[in-house]
Amino acid sequence: MTDAIVFVRETSEPEDPPPRLSRGAAAWAKANLFSSIGSSLTTFVFVALALWLLPPLIGWATTKAIWAAPDGALCRQHQDGACWAFISAKFDYLRFGSYPIAERWRVNLVEAVGACLIVWLLSPGAPIRGWGALLFFVAYPVLAFVLLHGSRALGLPVVDSLLWGGIFVSLLTAVVGIVFSLPLGVLLALGRRSRMPVVRSASILFIEFVRGVPFITILFMANTMLPLFLPESWTPDRLLRPLVGIALFSAAYMAEEVRGGLQLLGRGQYEGAMALGLKYPLMMGLVVLPQALTMVIPGIVNNFVGLFMDTTLVSIVGVTDFLEAMNNAFKDPGWSGPTIMATGYVFAAMFYFAACYGMTRYSAFVERSLAKGRER
Amino acid sequence: MNDARFNDPRVRGIVYQGLLAASVGALVAGGAYNAYVNMQARGIPMGFGFWNQIAGFDINLHLIPYSGLSTYGRAFWVGLINTLLVAAICIPLATLLGFAVGVARLSPNWLMSRSALVYTNVLRNVPLLLLLLFWYNAVLKSLPGPRQSIDLAGLVYLNNRGLFLPAPAALPPAAWFFAAIALALAAVLAFRTWARRRQERRGAQAPVGLVATTLLLGLPAIAVVAAGAPFSIDIARLSGFNLRGGIQVIPELAALAFGLVTFTSAFIAEIVRAGVQAVPYGQVEAAAALGLHRGLANKLVVVPQAMRLIIPPLTSQYLNIVKNSSLAVFIGYPDLVQIFAGTVLNQTQAAVQVMAITMAVYLAITLAVAAALNVYNASRAPRER
Repeated sequence: MTDAIVFVRETSEPEDPPPRLSRGAAAWAKANLFSSIGSSLTTFVFVALALWLLPPLIGWATTKAIWAAPDGALCRQHQDGACWAFISAKFDYLRFGSYPIAERWRVNLVEAVGACLIVWLLSPGAPIRGWGALLFFVAYPVLAFVLLHGSRALGLPVVDSLLWGGIFVSLLTAVVGIVFSLPLGVLLALGRRSRMPVVRSASILFIEFVRGVPFITILFMANTMLPLFLPESWTPDRLLRPLVGIALFSAAYMAEEVRGGLQLLGRGQYEGAMALGLKYPLMMGLVVLPQALTMVIPGIVNNFVGLFMDTTLVSIVGVTDFLEAMNNAFKDPGWSGPTIMATGYVFAAMFYFAACYGMTRYSAFVERSLAKGRER
Repeated sequence: MNDARFNDPRVRGIVYQGLLAASVGALVAGGAYNAYVNMQARGIPMGFGFWNQIAGFDINLHLIPYSGLSTYGRAFWVGLINTLLVAAICIPLATLLGFAVGVARLSPNWLMSRSALVYTNVLRNVPLLLLLLFWYNAVLKSLPGPRQSIDLAGLVYLNNRGLFLPAPAALPPAAWFFAAIALALAAVLAFRTWARRRQERRGAQAPVGLVATTLLLGLPAIAVVAAGAPFSIDIARLSGFNLRGGIQVIPELAALAFGLVTFTSAFIAEIVRAGVQAVPYGQVEAAAALGLHRGLANKLVVVPQAMRLIIPPLTSQYLNIVKNSSLAVFIGYPDLVQIFAGTVLNQTQAAVQVMAITMAVYLAITLAVAAALNVYNASRAPRER
């Protein structure tokens, strides 16, 4: 018999050193910037591009820019930097257009009230949102119209809409678009899902027609054809015509968003409401729409972002929105430097980006919180 | 309405629909009557008689013969072709750029995916009109004149008269060249069919990619060597005060194409990213478990499923390109809206007819593409057991 070979470990193996790169900046860089040869090359190319492009651009906008100047003389010889002095000189015009200076508090008031109502409506968990919606969709348009247009009875001088302009008109067109298009869109969406063939085909016809043509043709139609279709004595206001066009245009897109929400809602909700004996208006108003609309808030906000960007097109029918006000400001011979246009457009881009990106972030936030609520 | 009959949903439905039809009918009839009265009062022409009248204005870009003596109808066709030209230029370029940026967004390299993210976020949140005005007014118009053209590698010139690209001009050997390409294509198709049949029968694979590349590059190369160069490249040259030769892209078209391509590519990139990320990761793992390496897993498993999600929104982006090309009117590119709904409408005053024709054209394009998409979707729908 041979001895069995027995091995008993008496001391422990020496410990491995901790992995050198698992946390910290170097590990992150290895994983995200230099994970392979291709990745490293890409990193070098992008760093080189950034070093080549970014310093001149940042210099153009900051160190080489003219921040303050009494008039355009300084900017006229200035070739290699932005002329922010132009923006501050024209800022009041860019905000209000030719709205009389003494009456501009009215615009500020309307904007402030509108901002408060929108924050109320859009903050999750805000109290009595139903009342907020009622104020925003019914009372606010009346208040805004009386304040902006003026009323003899209240002692507010009438301001002709020819004088309205600037950021305020851009916001106005967008808000009018949403205030009128959302209810109209809900009606169209319900119509499209109706069981009555005439109602359904009328809704489909309208929605598909509007979505099939460019916004500009709707604006042209509202501008040139609306006066033809109305009695001679009714000639609608120059600003009202594009507003009608915007409301109808965006209603078709809203309808499709709302329809998406209605389709997501399970049949059980409809059946439950019917079993409770609710009539159609009560079933929709109390059970279906509150749930469906909440589900599509992100879609509605994204739609609104598109609507806000589309309002720039109203200048084609003679409305002075923000972008058109900027184009008008370029025509001032006192401010005709070589970089004025680039400065103005960059400023306008920053304005639109800030507004639209903010809204996009909000809709992403709502989407996340809704997804949380649906988790099981 | 206490009548019991009104509690019958069928009766109610008929009443409601009758009311809707009556009010829509009244609206249309009232509108038509008002339009008739107003148009007569203002002396606006009623029919389509203007179609054959002399237009009397010039158009600075026309692909079919056109002059100031042509008719309004001719001007319509010029505008429609110019609109389609923009679409034909922008759709392939926006697709390429959009897919590139979308794939870059998925790159494991942080710098690359972040750059793509910044690109999409910036472009999706700035109005298209602003981009167009920026490129046209602030950049292209402030470029130097032809004598100080910016040149890229001596092939492409850029100045305030537009973009000058080299133009290929066919020489006699071009016929051989094209014949070689056609032959190569036919051979590749035949080889692919044969290889697929053989794989179905015996499971043996054939190097289709390698053979196809060799054929497609080799046969035309042989044609070039044997018959001579098929093209001469015509490069723009300075003569007098302007550049001559090459293809001149007018600044309006260059600005419109550049703006539309960059703007739409951001949306396409987002569609591509969402489509690829929507393929469940289990699919990739299953492909790996089957022994497919990464490239094959992408080609056979991920991309086909992602494409099914990508195609419908991609098509609506193509339609957006067609519709957004109407922004041409802001920078003076002669598209359908600028020529027809702009100049022709102003000259003839026939607002109703002109707008009806313009909208009908866009609607026809939209509906045709929607119908094609439905056919495609039906053919690609997953086969359920």
